[in-house]
Amino acid sequence: MAILVIAEHDNSALKGATLNAVTAASRMGDDIHLLVAGAGCQAVADEAAKVAGVNKVLLADNAAYEHQLAENLSLLVAELGKDYSHVVAPATTTGKNFMPRVAALLDVAQISDIIRVESADTFVRPIYAGNAIATVQSLDAIKVITVRGTGFDAAAAEGGAAAIEAVGGVHDAGISAFVGEEMAKSDRPELTSAQVIISGGRGMGSGENFALLEKVADKLGAAVGASRAAVDAGFVPNDMQVGQTGKIVAPDLYIAVGISGAIQHLAGMKDSKVIVAINKDEEAPIFQVADYGLVADLFDVLPQLEQQL
Amino acid sequence: MKVLVTVKRVIDYNVKVRVKSDNSDVDLANVKMAINPFCEIAVEEAVRLKEAGVASEIVVVSLGPKAAQEQLRTALALGADRAIMVETDEALESLTVAKLLAKVVEEEQPELIIMGKQAIDSDNNQTGQMLAALTGLPQATFASELKLEGGKALVTREVDGGLQTLSLNLPAIVTTDLRLNEPRYASLPNIMKAKRKPLDTKTPADLGVEVKAHTQLLKVEPPAERQAGIKVDSVEQLVDKLKNEAKVI
Repeated sequence: MAILVIAEHDNSALKGATLNAVTAASRMGDDIHLLVAGAGCQAVADEAAKVAGVNKVLLADNAAYEHQLAENLSLLVAELGKDYSHVVAPATTTGKNFMPRVAALLDVAQISDIIRVESADTFVRPIYAGNAIATVQSLDAIKVITVRGTGFDAAAAEGGAAAIEAVGGVHDAGISAFVGEEMAKSDRPELTSAQVIISGGRGMGSGENFALLEKVADKLGAAVGASRAAVDAGFVPNDMQVGQTGKIVAPDLYIAVGISGAIQHLAGMKDSKVIVAINKDEEAPIFQVADYGLVADLFDVLPQLEQQL
Repeated sequence: MKVLVTVKRVIDYNVKVRVKSDNSDVDLANVKMAINPFCEIAVEEAVRLKEAGVASEIVVVSLGPKAAQEQLRTALALGADRAIMVETDEALESLTVAKLLAKVVEEEQPELIIMGKQAIDSDNNQTGQMLAALTGLPQATFASELKLEGGKALVTREVDGGLQTLSLNLPAIVTTDLRLNEPRYASLPNIMKAKRKPLDTKTPADLGVEVKAHTQLLKVEPPAERQAGIKVDSVEQLVDKLKNEAKVI
């Protein structure tokens, strides 16, 4: 039986996390269908059809799905999912929101946030904030899975030529409504897809001082992140938070500035390829995971770094 | 309005988790246990609704071993009015917990259900959404703000890239994120008072739910350790290493 992957998108473009989920799905089987559910999202379906490894794109284009409301989307996915061996979605806030609803409607378990596929029914996932790694076998006929993007490479966005098939029937539960959203606007890459991330911690001292990080980030084409301590101190908004309770990232280069390295932060970034720590406290735990450590005052280092890049 | 809140007994978040040497699971023998932090935020939110005169009664529910009564007593000390313990020594998966809770919801008929977004042990992030599906109720996960007005729940959610606001018909299910509130500590008089608050015990069989395994845990391993690297002396050296050794810039 085929595998249904639920595309993440904003009705105009496919989100990168979808490509990681497609790669994960390809380890479970080789007949992959991608569902694009949204409103006015034909362009997303066209993009989805080009993703390497996708055999068919299902397009559910209706106002009921515009904001990915869990109540409506889960009814659609559960109905379609009955005919699949696996239903897979990225473990983004969207996927985490609607997928357990799908699993419950199908009367099966969900296996959350997988980082590896051992076989078509066995998956590896972090538990206890990444302090333990569990291997879990599904006993259900339909496997409902969410995928941690950093665990899998992205599938090629080009190269496929899947047919697009419209899905009939509309599911509108009529019990919830979208009111509004406030999205952080930035010209920088998103944290979860950036190749380079520079993050600041409590050591930054204030929100204004994050400008020092931004200057370095601009030189590197990097995203700017923060530790929970910096968020709790009110320096920056929560959507910048890297850590177990924020975003899980694994860029090629992660630069931690003025971050001590609490377990909860390390859980969010320790899979980065190269980690740099800049901290004036040489005892800071962050140095235990850093490939390159620089014991120095960040207010001296950041301007120098900006100049030398 | 009656508010139902759930609490899970988990390892205290300050305790370092160790994997058993036979890799069968994590070792929870003799470790400190506590209310899951996200559940604590759920209790706090319910208590604030009661203080604001919006909630009339707070019922707190826990499921699992008898020892979880401790966490129910804590929730009662924080301001919940009565507790329901669904007691079993069998391992409960999220779907089973949701099925049991659906029965409790059917009996109690709350207008609002507040739950933690995930437990810090299994990190599943499923039960609230599953309960919503089984009861046919609307949901708002990862809440950072909750307002009740005009017979609806207006909930601001922490989503990737920012905040989203939803309007839900009541009854509704809300799961908490960290910034919803900062939980209080229970005072000694309230801890004493909590001992006399009602606590009902039920079993899965009483609720007519069969405890079924949908997954099997094959093994649990410690994560790969990352080795500390080298210290550099200057920004020049750092830039040089990143360019020529690590080749990441």
